[in-house]
Amino acid sequence: MGLLENWINKGRLKSPWVVHFDCGSCNGCDIEVLACLTPVFDVERFGIINVGNPKHADVLLVTGTVNHRNKKVLKNIYDQMPDPKAVIAIGACGTSGGVFRECYNVVGGVDQVIPVDVYVPGCPAKPDAIIDGVVTALDVVKAKLGLGEMPKVTVID
Amino acid sequence: MSRTIIPFGPQHPVLPEPLHLKLVVEDETIVEAVPALGYVHRGLETLASIRDYNQMVYIVERVCGICSCIHAMCYCQGLETMMNVEVPSRAKYLRVIWSELHRIHSHLLWLGLFADGFGFESLFMQFWKIRERVMDINEATAGNRVVISVNVVGGVRRDLDKTQQRWILDELDKLEKELRQLMKTMLDDYTVKKRTVGVGVLTAQQALQLGAVGPTLRGSGVAQDARQLGYAAFDELDFEPVTSPEGDSWARSKVRFMETLQSMDIVRQAISRLPDTELAAKVPGKPTGEVVCRVEQPRGELLYYLKGNGSKNMERVRIRTPTFANIPPLLAMLPGAQLADVPIAALTIDPCISCTER
Repeated sequence: MGLLENWINKGRLKSPWVVHFDCGSCNGCDIEVLACLTPVFDVERFGIINVGNPKHADVLLVTGTVNHRNKKVLKNIYDQMPDPKAVIAIGACGTSGGVFRECYNVVGGVDQVIPVDVYVPGCPAKPDAIIDGVVTALDVVKAKLGLGEMPKVTVID
Repeated sequence: MSRTIIPFGPQHPVLPEPLHLKLVVEDETIVEAVPALGYVHRGLETLASIRDYNQMVYIVERVCGICSCIHAMCYCQGLETMMNVEVPSRAKYLRVIWSELHRIHSHLLWLGLFADGFGFESLFMQFWKIRERVMDINEATAGNRVVISVNVVGGVRRDLDKTQQRWILDELDKLEKELRQLMKTMLDDYTVKKRTVGVGVLTAQQALQLGAVGPTLRGSGVAQDARQLGYAAFDELDFEPVTSPEGDSWARSKVRFMETLQSMDIVRQAISRLPDTELAAKVPGKPTGEVVCRVEQPRGELLYYLKGNGSKNMERVRIRTPTFANIPPLLAMLPGAQLADVPIAALTIDPCISCTER
């Protein structure tokens, strides 16, 4: 591994950029994801920045259930992200479909469409749990780079 | 001049939600906007055939996370009218308190997003910082930050004791002081006004013709507020609809700012007059018949049509949400605007797509 690559990996793990996609959520988890960015929870102290472009992002935060119309959009966003990447499913809906799992237009959790690395259940998930989820996702990215072990717990309680 | 079509959304940095507009532009001027919906449709009404009418309270709360308490309140009020249940007056006042707290947090959230929309990130942070006080009140009184689940058919589940009431009043005083400090920046600042004044103009006549509701309507100078119907305890509280005659983005942000202060006043009134009765009435039997119930959401008037057929499942739970009513006014605002002003104009109707599509 070259010096440059070492340096890039270090930066990647110290400052993960996240992109947030609302995939049919009720907004409850969305506003909690946004609340993470604001002064009270302040994820910028971990170097986490919310970006609008998936091509700039390392971590994908998905809230809500997947439906037949937006599963293509979700797949597109996932495919546009550069490797190594991690996906976090937020909320009861993101992990399994939640209260909506019996609806006709709901495919189910995010893992029906793209591979999910970390699950953050809760309705809605609390900002502290979401921050914990992102930090766990960093360990996943680290393991994918071959620099550490895969975290044992990927469901944030 | 040749026309180009520029897509706005579904994944856009300004809106957390998938609103999709096809913008037909000539140079940088919008000629036409065509909305495309359906990215967050879940088919929530199906659940009425699986869950019984008591469990549906928790489902309708999840129509929209931001105004969840008000959705549940509307559904419960509809069922109570249908089943002739007299709600205890303390429950009515508690419903007012929690629904107004929801309005405060929703408006502060919007004011922050709006500031972010025109690129004023520190103002966004300020609004969201003071909003956390309301979230703390929600968490302390109901056990959850966003979806608070206090309403049941027949009344409320939780009570506020004397210490909690005092603490809420203290927090609201602090919040009001902090909010008033931001007033000058939000409504009087030169750069902010440059982005908001004269953008997305909607005249009073257009607003009425296109069926605008909520702050979009009141920002055009029409004093219409569903709380004037006097549901819950609103008939015993003093308030006047906030209006502003200009009809542009600035006017709509002013209406929301003033409504936040008004809601704090309503919460104070409700706490000072809180009567001492039971929390919930017994609900006998199964719902039969049909009913229409209207309440005022932070975004405007919300309408529920409920139909029961004597079984434990509802036959219809039809919801018409304020954003659905506000999309035609949005499409009327956009032609003639600059491409860079589209996010500002789209934000001023406070679009809640998960409500609209369910």
